[in-house]
Amino acid sequence: MTMTASQKLTQIRSELRTEEAEIINDKMIINMGPSHPATHGTVKFVLTLDGETVDDVDITIGYLHRGFEKMAEAGTWQQVLPYTDRLNYVSPLINNVGYVGAVEKLWGVEITPRAKYIRMLISELSRMTDHLTSIAAGALELGGFTPFLYGVEAREALYPLVEELTGARLTTSYTRIGGLAKDIPDGYEQHMNTALAHVEGLMIKVDKLLTKNRIFYDRMMHTGVLSQEDAISSGCTGVMLRCTGVDWDLRKHQPYLAYDELDFDVIVGSRGDNYDRYLCRMEELGQSVKMIRQIFKQMPKGPINVGDWKVCLPPKDAVYNSIEGMIAHFKLVTEGHQVPPGEAYFAVEGGNGEVGFHIVSQGNGRPYRVKVRPPCFYAMGILRKMLVGHMLADIIPTFDTLNMIGGEVDR
Amino acid sequence: MSQSLIDLLRTVKPTAIVGSSVAAGDATVIVVREQLLDVMTFLRDDPRCRMDVLMDVTAVDYSEFDPALRHAVTPLDAGNSAGLPRFEVVYHLLSMPHRQRIRVKVALPEDDCHVQTMCSLWISANWGEREAYDMFGVQFDGHPDLRRVLMYEEFVGHPLRKDFAQRGYQPLVPMPNLADYADNEIYR
Repeated sequence: MTMTASQKLTQIRSELRTEEAEIINDKMIINMGPSHPATHGTVKFVLTLDGETVDDVDITIGYLHRGFEKMAEAGTWQQVLPYTDRLNYVSPLINNVGYVGAVEKLWGVEITPRAKYIRMLISELSRMTDHLTSIAAGALELGGFTPFLYGVEAREALYPLVEELTGARLTTSYTRIGGLAKDIPDGYEQHMNTALAHVEGLMIKVDKLLTKNRIFYDRMMHTGVLSQEDAISSGCTGVMLRCTGVDWDLRKHQPYLAYDELDFDVIVGSRGDNYDRYLCRMEELGQSVKMIRQIFKQMPKGPINVGDWKVCLPPKDAVYNSIEGMIAHFKLVTEGHQVPPGEAYFAVEGGNGEVGFHIVSQGNGRPYRVKVRPPCFYAMGILRKMLVGHMLADIIPTFDTLNMIGGEVDR
Repeated sequence: MSQSLIDLLRTVKPTAIVGSSVAAGDATVIVVREQLLDVMTFLRDDPRCRMDVLMDVTAVDYSEFDPALRHAVTPLDAGNSAGLPRFEVVYHLLSMPHRQRIRVKVALPEDDCHVQTMCSLWISANWGEREAYDMFGVQFDGHPDLRRVLMYEEFVGHPLRKDFAQRGYQPLVPMPNLADYADNEIYR
């Protein structure tokens, strides 16, 4: 029979003499965070400890609040895009794709097939950097420095590809309403294949170091357990939801872009604990590699931007050499995209789950309201339930596999 | 498919639905505030709806929205005299079994800005409603823990209201009085 930590403590207490029991009956309040060396992300836990058991925890977020939604109301539709880089800053390209997807959905713009494939490519590339960060940092915080270095090395193999494509490692701002900033460069597929082979080799090393590592296994297995009902009711998505055995992936079940043309599996766990979340991330990395190879094979040729100059900037040749092109460029830049009045909600499968954008337009070239639905925000809402009644040390792996990203939770 | 869900709601809860639309691929219903919990319970539990996930809770402040364009975002039924109040609380629901989404909106006037909490139906309502309260000052009746979530406790105002300035200063937060802590039984 397995006992929870608090049940064990009660049993130990019942065996103690009265005066001894009184000493350990005092509850201690400890402030963990906002900046704690063993958590990646700025969040404060006010812990009420009963011995080493967490009796209660109050989770405070908001330390990275920049007022994204307020800032978004100040500029034009395209000017919001650089802010979205800073939401989930380990997978900025997925945020770019999500935001312009919402605007295109409200406007009814159908992007070109090639743009769809490149957007899928950058989404999967970003998903890999996101999962690698989560696994590597998680291993580090449990004391595994070598897997951390391998994981970061793998991530560093991918960041140059992001840089080659967008010009920046992190502040990508790559997508445009109706298309993309630029097409993929020459020789990109070859660079990608080299990098992917390197990443796959490193993932085997990480797998050998962690998956059957006794210490890692004991820290991860049966800790931070999330039940299926709680995961659904608390709005958990992505790995947090799938680790409990729910077969739900937006790419498969409500496909956007051209995900229905790809062959991939949805990785589902069974126990809903930290170890399952780790395994799900490892498997999803493999799926992303598989998808990137398919994307290159199936990618159609053609333009990356829609031809309508009311949606996309005209080509530079037309801007400099024709009146129509120059006026179109001028109006788009100064007045903004004339998105019709209305509202729309568009969601993509991000690194941590459903990244949704709810936008409201009143048709004057500026967003009236932009609301981001960050996946980690709702996962943080259920974290208290996952921690209370368990050991203090379990906070670290649980918070790691939840993979909270301050940029998107706090906005 | 979206339209059939709206038709179902209109048949089962005829007095609760005061407006609906299917625009930009999204189904929207506007619900009377007093019957919101009833409609939401139906949406979650009825086998034809099965909205098992409350994806997001937010609000919109329409005080600076052009009234002539309001029908695009608040599609009230013809002949409805409910008016167009300042705030709307927006719920995004997802049904995983039916692979379907719906947006439920409820209008709240400025001087009576409160609505019943959905915490009894979905856990995610807890933090979602806290954020809507924090950002817009919407009160959620019956919420177990209605505190600010992104801003700090001493913050003055609700930042996403349209009359909250883009730039400005907040008062300094005074040092906590340690004597207050001494009264707390934990510290004794």
